[in-house]
Amino acid sequence: MRALLLIAGLLFAGSAPALAASEADFKAAFATAEAAEKEAGQLRNQWTTTEAALAAAKKAAAAGDFDQAVSSAKEAEALAKASIFQATSEKERWKDMEIR
Amino acid sequence: MASTIRVRAISNGDTTEVQALVQHPMDTGLVKDAQGQTIPPHFIQQLTFEHNGKNVFLANWGPAVSKDPYVKFAFKGANKGDEIKISWVDNKGANDATTAKIQ
Amino acid sequence: MTMRLPIRLASVALAFAVVALAGPSARAADTPDPVADAKAFQKFFKDKFPQLKPDDFVNGPYSMNEDLHRQWEEKEQFPPYEFALEAGKEMFAKPFKNGKTYADCFPNGGIGIRQNYPYFDEKEEGKVITLELALNRCREANGEAPLSYVKDDMASLTAYMAYTSRGKPMDIKVPNDPRALEAYENGKRYFYTRRGQLNFSCATCHVQSPGERIRAEILAPALGILNAMPIYRSEWSGMGTTSRRFTTCNSQIRGVPLSPQDEDYRDLEYFLSYVSNGLPISGPGARP
Repeated sequence: MRALLLIAGLLFAGSAPALAASEADFKAAFATAEAAEKEAGQLRNQWTTTEAALAAAKKAAAAGDFDQAVSSAKEAEALAKASIFQATSEKERWKDMEIR
Repeated sequence: MASTIRVRAISNGDTTEVQALVQHPMDTGLVKDAQGQTIPPHFIQQLTFEHNGKNVFLANWGPAVSKDPYVKFAFKGANKGDEIKISWVDNKGANDATTAKIQ
Repeated sequence: MTMRLPIRLASVALAFAVVALAGPSARAADTPDPVADAKAFQKFFKDKFPQLKPDDFVNGPYSMNEDLHRQWEEKEQFPPYEFALEAGKEMFAKPFKNGKTYADCFPNGGIGIRQNYPYFDEKEEGKVITLELALNRCREANGEAPLSYVKDDMASLTAYMAYTSRGKPMDIKVPNDPRALEAYENGKRYFYTRRGQLNFSCATCHVQSPGERIRAEILAPALGILNAMPIYRSEWSGMGTTSRRFTTCNSQIRGVPLSPQDEDYRDLEYFLSYVSNGLPISGPGARP
């Protein structure tokens, strides 16, 4: 019986929620996203949806929902990176559309 | 102050075609300004076109009509040179009127 | 020996791959040739819409659809921009607090000059100057606060000035100055570059799809697209400037807009106006 309880206890300890994000996680994710958005800004190609995701991340963090905050921050980072890719590749690709 | 009503009436056979452009904000009362305050409703409630003492066109409007409304209609029984009188009243009690000769 | 052959083959294959990938981006840098660009631009649209007279292009979507055209013709008898036009005329005539007027800032007293804007300021700044920028500079030089670049007051003023130029052909100059040519090229680049999350360039709608629909709107061709500015847009329930359209368009394709008279926008206006040279000014205009 005792062995059973011991094993049960170990199992429960092992299954404690491993997905809860902390404030530190949010801060790191947000900093990365912000840096990417800043780079997009230097390329003069920021997306409104990136800005919206950053705002959503901040709002969720302020409400203490760090899971959502990290998720929004990661989405913002992905969007910012995509906008950087767009600006960089368009530097040459715009010529494909040019009327000659 | 210039009239808020621009009107042109043209005689075409026995039919008169009338066009009018009325300057009015026509606020619905459902829109908020930049500070978040609701802009109060301010719209024309009645617009009338009169010829020979008779209403040839009467509109009862509400907030669904857009800003600076444009109206066009035709009616019979008027001649070139006749006068038509156009007037409106809004929900704040303001009004304006003007007359135009049928060309 | 048996190990080296596959490696050698692989490196040859890699070399080919690198050359193949490098192909499209190894385009020679073109020297700017605005004259050739304008010719090609106008030819493209005339070929695409052979039934239109050249002047028809300045009416944008109304020349793309018969039903819209009929409605627009009716509307022109009582154009929605009439109030703004009258307000603009009054504003233009009214002196500043110091007694001077707009007429003092512009050639020919500001009458019949809209078709010359934007112009490249070779003598002083080395930048493109739009009519709106010149108007606000005139105000500031005479102790008045600047007007918002996107809203009704500025649009009323330019509506009046455009009206005094109605029918005059667009007449933009790109002097043989490397700075002017760079500004022109920058505007052209902007026009064709995809941006925003929706990945549209100006060309996506106005070169690839004029006459077609985007949601419920019919798209205008890029040729002559600024000739009707400023416009009363039913969508805005009011007047708006070129800047207003540029910034709102950016937002619509989910790109964060630049400031209304940002250099990129001025350069874009410069390019678009230049390639429409010869087409008449039809402003102020009305649009859906």
